[in-house]
Amino acid sequence: MTSTASARATSTAPAGDVVVAVRDVHYAAGGRPIFAGLDLEVRRGRITAIMGPSGTGKTTLLRLITAQVPPARGQLTVFGQDLAGFGRGEVYALRRRMGMLFQNGALLTDMDVFENVAFPVREHTDLPEPLVRLLVLTKLQAVGLRGAAHLMPSELSGGMARRVALARAIVMDPEVLLYDEPFVGLDPISLGFILRLIKHMNQALGITSVVVSHDVQELATIADDSYLISEGRVAAAGTPAQLRASDSAAVRQFMTGSAEGPVPFHYPAPDYATQLLEADAR
Amino acid sequence: MNSRRPGSYLLGGVRRLGSVTIFLVQLLIQCVPALARPRLLVMQIYNTGARSLIIIMLSGLFVGMVLGLQGYDLLRRFGSEEALGIAAALGLLRELAPVITALLFAGRAGTALTSEIGLMRATDQLTAMEIMAVDPLRYVVAPRFLGGVIAMPLLTAIFSVIGLYGAQLVGVQLMGVDRGVFWSQTQGSVDLHDVNEGLVKSIVFGIACSLIAVHEGYHAEPTAEGVGLATTRTVVASSVLTLLLDYVLTAAFL
Repeated sequence: MTSTASARATSTAPAGDVVVAVRDVHYAAGGRPIFAGLDLEVRRGRITAIMGPSGTGKTTLLRLITAQVPPARGQLTVFGQDLAGFGRGEVYALRRRMGMLFQNGALLTDMDVFENVAFPVREHTDLPEPLVRLLVLTKLQAVGLRGAAHLMPSELSGGMARRVALARAIVMDPEVLLYDEPFVGLDPISLGFILRLIKHMNQALGITSVVVSHDVQELATIADDSYLISEGRVAAAGTPAQLRASDSAAVRQFMTGSAEGPVPFHYPAPDYATQLLEADAR
Repeated sequence: MNSRRPGSYLLGGVRRLGSVTIFLVQLLIQCVPALARPRLLVMQIYNTGARSLIIIMLSGLFVGMVLGLQGYDLLRRFGSEEALGIAAALGLLRELAPVITALLFAGRAGTALTSEIGLMRATDQLTAMEIMAVDPLRYVVAPRFLGGVIAMPLLTAIFSVIGLYGAQLVGVQLMGVDRGVFWSQTQGSVDLHDVNEGLVKSIVFGIACSLIAVHEGYHAEPTAEGVGLATTRTVVASSVLTLLLDYVLTAAFL
């Protein structure tokens, strides 16, 4: 089967090439198991897509990678360092090498676009003001929003907010960028902008990218590697084309968005006719 | 139902108290670096203090006027209307100004703090800061907490002054108590101990109300309902705790 074959294929990459390694990770939230033996790898300089139906814990995976929550079992390695037993200082040092794009942008509402992008710079460095300005303007130019520097977050459209957040995420020149559902709720033009930016950040700046999403068509155009997560583990791994050609019916159903397949349209329920007659009898 | 057992209420209460205490310790550690950033602090003193001024001044005026009216009526029965100044000054300084200011603070500034921090939580702003390796306790919570603690005694002092003016307005201008007697009696019988009692109370209430407001906001369920509930809890908990602490402090000062 493709899944195991390509999972084995990715693990043969040289160790220095693997930026994030997830080994047999188990995690449960509120008594509900989310991951049960998750295994995956993110390789340097590539765009890795993490796909899966809603509620499979894709966002939780990003929380694990950024050390916001510890796994119940298993090993998480980021930049070759095992996250287990990390203190607050080590976690913060680790996070300074990463950037993350949130679903809604998560811009700070009490400052304008310029200050939002300048925020990490001001917090972590003592750069003189002209240099901060230069840095912020170049990043805003990269996402095409230099002209919006004076706007407040409430004045931005969803797509613009996400681009500003992207500028903020890259302002400290991270090695890894994590995208949490970057395509949700965007019009086709904004979506095209975001796709182009993800590709650009990866190719021009050499940033390793992890994109969590369920928009299969969009991801397929940019992803180098992809993982399909289902029921707490990796259901399939490989290039988007490999996934689409998978012989597993469940993988094919997800990749093509078909209503027919192992995932049923109907939520489990008692027999239809019996239930209707029961209601009648009452 | 399981949660209705009396023991679980007690356990929940103790757990809550523990969580607030741990939060306070973490917060106090972050207050030191927060003090080094006066710009953020001044902003928060403006937000919690200056923006509560109108409501504090209006309430102070009316409370003072009622005090003048009731005090005059009561004291006249004993033929000692000239003691109105003392009654108003001591009542305001020691009791009414700190307590009513704290109650108004909880309703005006406390709810604003809780909903602001709660919304930052709900819209991932706090998480985004965490990911940018910026501690939200230091950047968001500590300046707001300190702002509240600093603003409360100032607001209480303003409440006292306006209240005393209100009492004078009714007692002297309306009811005809002699102006000279009113002020000289006030000056003669209010000593530093009375002022201190009000000051200590306002500082304690400032810590309690600000702590509850930022704690509820920081730990709010990250949804619209969660933020609403947290705001309600802020008002209820701050008000009850203020009145409880007031009794304890009054007993301690007597």
